[in-house]
Amino acid sequence: MEDYILEMKNIVRTFPGVRALNGVDFRAKRGSVHALMGENGAGKSTLMKCLVGINPPDSGEIWLKGKKVTIPNPHEALKLGIAMIYQELNPVLERSVMENIWLGREPMLRKFGLLVDHRAMYEQTRQLLKELEIDIDPKTKVKELSVAKMQMIEIAKAISYNADVVIMDEPTSSLTPNEVEHLFSMIRKLKARNVAVIYITHKMEEIFTIADEVTVLRDGNNITTNPIAEMTIDSLITAMVGRHLTEMFPKMESQIGDVKLAVRHLEVPGLLHDISFDLRKGEILGVAGLVGAGRTELMEALFGLRRKSAGEIFIDGKKVEIRAPSDAIEAGIGFLTEDRRLNGIIPVLSVKVNIIVANLRNYLRYGFFLNLKKIHHDCEEFKERLKIRTPSLDTLIQNLSGGNQQKVLVARWLLTNPDILILDEPTRGIDVGAKAEIHTIITKLACEGKSIIMVSSEMPEILGMSDRIMVMSRGQITAILDRKDADQETIMRYAAAKANNNKVA
Amino acid sequence: MAQQSEVGKFINKYAIFIVLIVMVVVLSFLSPTFLTPQNLINVLITESGRGILAIGVAFTIISRGIDLSVGSIVSLTSVIAASLVQEPSYSARIFPHLPLLPPIVAVVAGLVAGTIVGITNGALIAYTAIPPFIATLGSMIIARGLALILTNAYPVPMLRPEFKIIGQGSLGPIPYVVIVFALVAIVAFIILNYTRFGKNVYAIGGNVNAAKTSGIKVDKNLLAIYAVSGLCASIAGILITARAASGIATLGNNYELDAIAAATIGGTSHTGGIGTVPGIIAGILILGILNNGLLLLGISPYLQQVIKGIIIVGAVVFDMRKNARQK
Repeated sequence: MEDYILEMKNIVRTFPGVRALNGVDFRAKRGSVHALMGENGAGKSTLMKCLVGINPPDSGEIWLKGKKVTIPNPHEALKLGIAMIYQELNPVLERSVMENIWLGREPMLRKFGLLVDHRAMYEQTRQLLKELEIDIDPKTKVKELSVAKMQMIEIAKAISYNADVVIMDEPTSSLTPNEVEHLFSMIRKLKARNVAVIYITHKMEEIFTIADEVTVLRDGNNITTNPIAEMTIDSLITAMVGRHLTEMFPKMESQIGDVKLAVRHLEVPGLLHDISFDLRKGEILGVAGLVGAGRTELMEALFGLRRKSAGEIFIDGKKVEIRAPSDAIEAGIGFLTEDRRLNGIIPVLSVKVNIIVANLRNYLRYGFFLNLKKIHHDCEEFKERLKIRTPSLDTLIQNLSGGNQQKVLVARWLLTNPDILILDEPTRGIDVGAKAEIHTIITKLACEGKSIIMVSSEMPEILGMSDRIMVMSRGQITAILDRKDADQETIMRYAAAKANNNKVA
Repeated sequence: MAQQSEVGKFINKYAIFIVLIVMVVVLSFLSPTFLTPQNLINVLITESGRGILAIGVAFTIISRGIDLSVGSIVSLTSVIAASLVQEPSYSARIFPHLPLLPPIVAVVAGLVAGTIVGITNGALIAYTAIPPFIATLGSMIIARGLALILTNAYPVPMLRPEFKIIGQGSLGPIPYVVIVFALVAIVAFIILNYTRFGKNVYAIGGNVNAAKTSGIKVDKNLLAIYAVSGLCASIAGILITARAASGIATLGNNYELDAIAAATIGGTSHTGGIGTVPGIIAGILILGILNNGLLLLGISPYLQQVIKGIIIVGAVVFDMRKNARQK
C-alpha cells in the first residue's frame, strides 16, 4: 500500500439541494498520471476542491503519505505539497513571472528582513525554469505570455512548493496541439520527479496518451478505477453515462413540420466558420461538442449577443437582421443562457421581476405604466404550469434552488411566446429530479409546435431528447445526425474531428 | 440558515424607519423646541434640495453606478439660472444688456444645463465603458470649473422677486421647496415601481448581462438614468439658488457626498439592484434631523461630522449583514 501517496476515503460533500459527492474513494500513486473523468456535474472538480481545501468535505478521510490530514484551505494544501492548476488561470498579470511564482513567500534580504531580495528571487526562478526547460526570462510580465506559457509558470510554481501531488483541471481546454505536446512532456517530467499527477479532462484521446490510471465519477459516485490499459473508449463512455435513459428523458414524439429557422454560411472571425443548418417546426435539435467547440458562441451570434461578420438568418423563409437581443426577441427567438448566475438570473430581484424582465413591453398601459395585475396573473400561471416551487412571487430569486431558478428562466422565455427557443445547457448544475421535470417541459414545448435548439455537454441528454443532433468541433459543424443514426461513439468521434476531414453536411 | 423570528424580520425590513422614529422621540424629550411645527418645517426646507439630489443619485446607484457630478450641477445650474434673472437696475450683471426675461426662462435654462451634463455622463458610461466613478468625477470637476469661469468666482446677486419666491414662498404653511421635493419623490416612486424604465434600472443594476440578454437596451437606459440624475440635480440647484437669493459657483460643493450618504443610509445598495424612494427619504430625514437635533442640543458641528460618518458606515454594515443573511 505504500506506493499510494494520496488516499481519499468515503468523501461526502453536499451543497444546498445537491449531494455532490456521495462517499467517493480515490487514490493516486507516486510517479503516475491518474485521469479523473465524468460528465459535467459528476463531481470531479468538487472532489478536487475537497482535496485542496476550497470546499472541505462534510465527512470522509484524506490520507497523505500514510498520515491522516485535514485540509481546511488551499494554503494548507500547498504546505502539505498538494498544488492545483485551475482551468481558469488567475495570475497577477501586471507583475513579473518571478513575482508571480514567489507571491506571498518572497525571499527577503537577511539584513533587514523587511525588504524583498530581488536578486535571490531572480536566481531561484532562473534555476527553477532551467530545470524544467522553460525558456522564459523571470522578469517578463505575465500578461505578455500565452495561456500555455502561463500554465507552465503555474506548474513551475507548483514544483517550487515541492508539491508531490499536482492536480490539473482540464489544462488543455485552450491550448493548440503543439502546446498540448509541450504540456505532456512537462507532465512526463513531473512523473520522473516522482510526482502524482491528477488529470481532469473530457478528452478521450488525451487519456490514452498521457494517463496511467483512470477513475470515472458519475452523479457523485465512483464507478470504476482501472489501469488505462484495461479500458477502451467504449467502456469509458459507458462508465461515464450509463443510466436509465427513459426515466430521465421522457421524450414524446412531436409533429415535425416545415423549416422554421435557416442559417446560412454564418461566420464569426476566429470562432465560427461557415455555419449552415436548418431547424424545423416542432423539432428538438441537439447541439453536441467539446468545451470550446463554439456552441455557445453560435447561439450568442444567433441571438445578437455576438457580432457576425458574414452569413444570413432566415425565419419562415424570410431574411431577418438580428443585431441585438431585442431584435431576436422581436423575431420570436428566446435564449436560455448557459451560465445561470452570469447572465441569467438577477439575484437581488423577485421571482416576478425575473420572469417578466424580457417581456415588459407587452405589459405597458398608456405606453409608460406597467399593468401589475396582469403581470401577477401571468406569473401565477407560469408558476403553476412549470411547478416553480417558491414561497411567493415576491421572494428573491437568489433564495430558490438551482432547479427552480432555471424554471423561472424558462418561464421568462416562454412568456415572450417565442417560436424558436434556444436552450444552452438547460439542466447544468441542477439535481436529477428537476432535470427530469425540465426535460418534460422541453418535450411538451416541441409537441406544441415550438422549434428548439438544445446545446448540451451531457451525452445522455443529447441522445435522449434530440430529434436530430448537430455536432460541432473547433467552430465548425462536423456532422448533423438523425436520432436513429446517433450513438455516443459516433458523436464523440465527430466532436473530436477536424472539420475538413470529416465534413458531413 | 437559522430561522429568523417574525419580530426579527420586521425589524430588519423596517430598520431605517424605526431608527428615524426613535430619533424623533428621543430628540422630542431632549429638546423642547425640536417637535415644534416651525422647527420641523425648517428641517424639511434645509433637506429638500439634498433630498432631490439623493433621489437622482439613487437611480444611478441602483443601476450599479454612481454620480459624483450632482453637486457641481447644482453650482452650474445656480449661476446660469441666476444670471438670467438679475434685477435690470443692477449694474454688475453677468449679461449687462439682457432684456427682462420671464423667470421660467431661467428655470428652463438651468434644468437644460443640468440635464446636458447628465446625458454627457450617461453617454460616456454607456458608449466608452469607462467606470461611472471616473466619468462623473471628470464632469464634476469640469462643471465646477465652468461655473467659476462664468462668474469669475463672484456671486450672482440681486435676483428678481418673481424668481426668489420659488425658494422663499409657500402654499399655506408648506414652502414651495418642500412641495417640489414631495412631487419629485412621488414621480420617482411611480417611475421605479410602475414603469418599464424603472424595472430596467433595477435589472441593469441587479445583473447587467441578464438585462442585455433579456433584450433591454442597456446603453439607452444608462443615458436616461444619468439624465434623470442631472435633471434632479438641476431642480435642486434652482430651489437652493432661489432660497439663497443669489447664484454661487461653489453652492453645491460636497452636496454629492451628502446625497450619496442619504441614499446609502436609506438602504440603496452599491452592489446594484436595491433601493427604494421611501428608504431614501428616511435616509435624508435621518441626516437632517441629526444635524438639527445636535444643533439644538448645542453639540459641536465638528462632532456632528464624526457622528454622521459613523452612521453612514454603520448603515452599510447593517445592510450587508442583512443581505448576507438572506442568501
